[in-house]
Amino acid sequence: MTSSASAPPTGGTTATAAARPREPRLTVAPGPHIADRSLTTQRMMADVLLALLPLVAVAIAQFRQYALFQIAVATSAAVIAEWVFARMRGRPATLWDGSAAVTGLILALSLPATAPWYSGAVGAIVAIGVGKAMFGGLGQNLFNPAMVGRAFAMIAFPAALGATAYVNPTLGLDALSGATPLTALKMSGNVTPVLPLVLGMTNGAIGETSALASILGGLYLCARRTASWEIPAGSIAALLIATGLPALVRGVSGWSPLHDLCAGAFLYGAFFIATDPVTSPLTPNGKWIFGIGYGLLVLMIRRLSGYPEGVMFAVLIMNALVPLINRATIPVPVGGPVPSPK
Amino acid sequence: MSVPAVHAAPRTFPRGVHPPEEKHWSRDRKIEVLRAPPLVQIALHQHTGAPCTAVVQPRQTVAAGDIVGNSDALISAPVHTPVAGTVQRETVATLPNGRHVRVVPVQSAPDQPSPEALWNDLFGGEWPTDSISAMDPSEIVRAVRAAGIVGQGGAAFPTHVKLARNPKKPVDTILVNGCECEPYLTADERLMIEAPRPIVVGALIAARAAGASRVVVAVERNKPEALAAIRSVADSRGVEVLALETKYPMGGEKQTVRAALGRTIPTGGLPLDVGVVVINVSTAAAIARAVLRGRPLTHRVVSVTGPGIAEPKNLLVPIGAMYADLIAACGGLKPEAARVIAGGPMMGFSLGSFQSPVTKGTSGIVVLAGESARPPETPCVRCGRCVDVCPLNLVPTRLALAARHKDWPMAQRFHITACMECGCCAYVCPASIPLVQLIRTGKVQMQKEVAP
Repeated sequence: MTSSASAPPTGGTTATAAARPREPRLTVAPGPHIADRSLTTQRMMADVLLALLPLVAVAIAQFRQYALFQIAVATSAAVIAEWVFARMRGRPATLWDGSAAVTGLILALSLPATAPWYSGAVGAIVAIGVGKAMFGGLGQNLFNPAMVGRAFAMIAFPAALGATAYVNPTLGLDALSGATPLTALKMSGNVTPVLPLVLGMTNGAIGETSALASILGGLYLCARRTASWEIPAGSIAALLIATGLPALVRGVSGWSPLHDLCAGAFLYGAFFIATDPVTSPLTPNGKWIFGIGYGLLVLMIRRLSGYPEGVMFAVLIMNALVPLINRATIPVPVGGPVPSPK
Repeated sequence: MSVPAVHAAPRTFPRGVHPPEEKHWSRDRKIEVLRAPPLVQIALHQHTGAPCTAVVQPRQTVAAGDIVGNSDALISAPVHTPVAGTVQRETVATLPNGRHVRVVPVQSAPDQPSPEALWNDLFGGEWPTDSISAMDPSEIVRAVRAAGIVGQGGAAFPTHVKLARNPKKPVDTILVNGCECEPYLTADERLMIEAPRPIVVGALIAARAAGASRVVVAVERNKPEALAAIRSVADSRGVEVLALETKYPMGGEKQTVRAALGRTIPTGGLPLDVGVVVINVSTAAAIARAVLRGRPLTHRVVSVTGPGIAEPKNLLVPIGAMYADLIAACGGLKPEAARVIAGGPMMGFSLGSFQSPVTKGTSGIVVLAGESARPPETPCVRCGRCVDVCPLNLVPTRLALAARHKDWPMAQRFHITACMECGCCAYVCPASIPLVQLIRTGKVQMQKEVAP
């Protein structure tokens, strides 16, 4: 859009001293002529990586080298896949926008500590290849790439990513000795206390165990406005209302609404996965709908399906609804709709 | 129509952006009178509406303020010469917005009034208000038209059309717009500081013409000196002064009306539809001058400012002076100048040539320096930032997509014609997508391709 024009010559009848010894190089382009440079796509991706740091820290504290291994495998596979697919499509590689690293890290944090290397690698390759490149690259995909990759890996390697994969007492890590809180609830009705769920002392996918870490990172993202606050707000409100109303009627015994909030990947998903801008709605109203739908779907899958956790499917289902949500939430302009010509 | 209480004013509007204000370059520079250049070029079409035709002949001698062009159309305004001199042969000039217009050049006579005399004639002296209540409204409208007054805030809509009483749409409020929300520009701010009297008196005259009972001057909060100056004149004359939030595009009339009066102008409508007439502060001063002194609109204040100009200034210039004259009067461009903009940096037009005449709607020349090219465009990640800032609650990214693919049904579904092209969306876009530029061209193309 920017064409270059040298300073126009002065002259004619109004000749003045506008000409100077060193003529400035002037550009001509349509306005606006200034831009807010504080937020770029690259910066948004860097924000996400930064916000994921508390989760990474808890993961490493809890699962040691196994966490590092998952993060290294999935993230590097995603970045390499991004480069390969960009080349295959004859596009300039967009590694530096950071989106591939974000996809890889989000995927890694959703894996069990002891998942075999190929599950993370295949998941990351599918995430970038099928989840993103096939749709046309950054910004074009319908489904959250990390969740596409994880769904593929989960179906391809059910034993490596299923509920039983989380338990591995032989490795000598406390966290790996028992079932995940949601599996424990589903299989044996055991209720994990809330405090370990908040701090991250339970078993689970490496990034999901600490509610506190998700909230810290998530609030940073919302404060930076890289994530839209409406989505976590809507999903948390929906979950608390849907679990809280029955609790008010029947009273709380054991598993409370707070458990539903803090256990599993609910908060991780609400703050980091559902808020992926590409695969969530554009308007504030749409974001509320999306967040509420996510919260209710997670709860339904937890309660009504054979799976202990429902974050992945909830995100994918809501992703599929985004075009419809966008269509239904076209905002009315200030001053009302454009009047039809008489 | 009921008149809402003063405290009902929300003083802001939803969404919008806060670009760096950049007023410091010129806000403390007293208005300087630009000496009449040897030649002025008076555009025959410098307003919204029908162009004028010249009513003078080449080699004819004219006095300052003589009419040069006129039109019979309702929506039009005559043009006058700011200088005494000799008319030359009509020619064509290109305005910064790309429009080619016929111009009447006038060669200035050697003896022109001194800067002090000119300032006094335009803004100084007494501005009596005692005769206003006895004025005939239609006489005011006639005088405003004869003086060629058009909105000096940018759109250059003929003011007499706005002031004429319409029994179907009664007006209760005159809203004087002193927001000047574009970064850098300080012309209105300086005028409010240095000549508050004609502004307030002009507003009262406009109220008399339109039949309004209430006059409100709205100024952004970042101009405390201007607010104080206007208040010192307004308080004793029953004129309200409102300090509004500093936010772009506060000066857009839909936003000003919303913030100052809490009223929402319907899409596709005018302030008139909610009982309001909005006039810019310079326009108000021009009304006072036309009605009380019989002077046409021949001069205006223009900010020449920004990091790329040697000496930023606020200049009182003859309408018809060349941009080159103004730039020269400010010491010329610095070597690091990168872009010269007619108007503000948000909605102004970048200049390829300085051989354009100043028109009644010229508010400033902003010279940016250093890196000014937009970074390369990257894909939309649908972050919705453009939606979060659109003052009209549109979905700019969808409008731009529709415009790019010429999908006019989609453009209409997303209300493309409601867009006022303020540029907030393109300003914030993290992917540097030229959103408003796409929407702007899309609107024009759609009009051409979709048969009415």
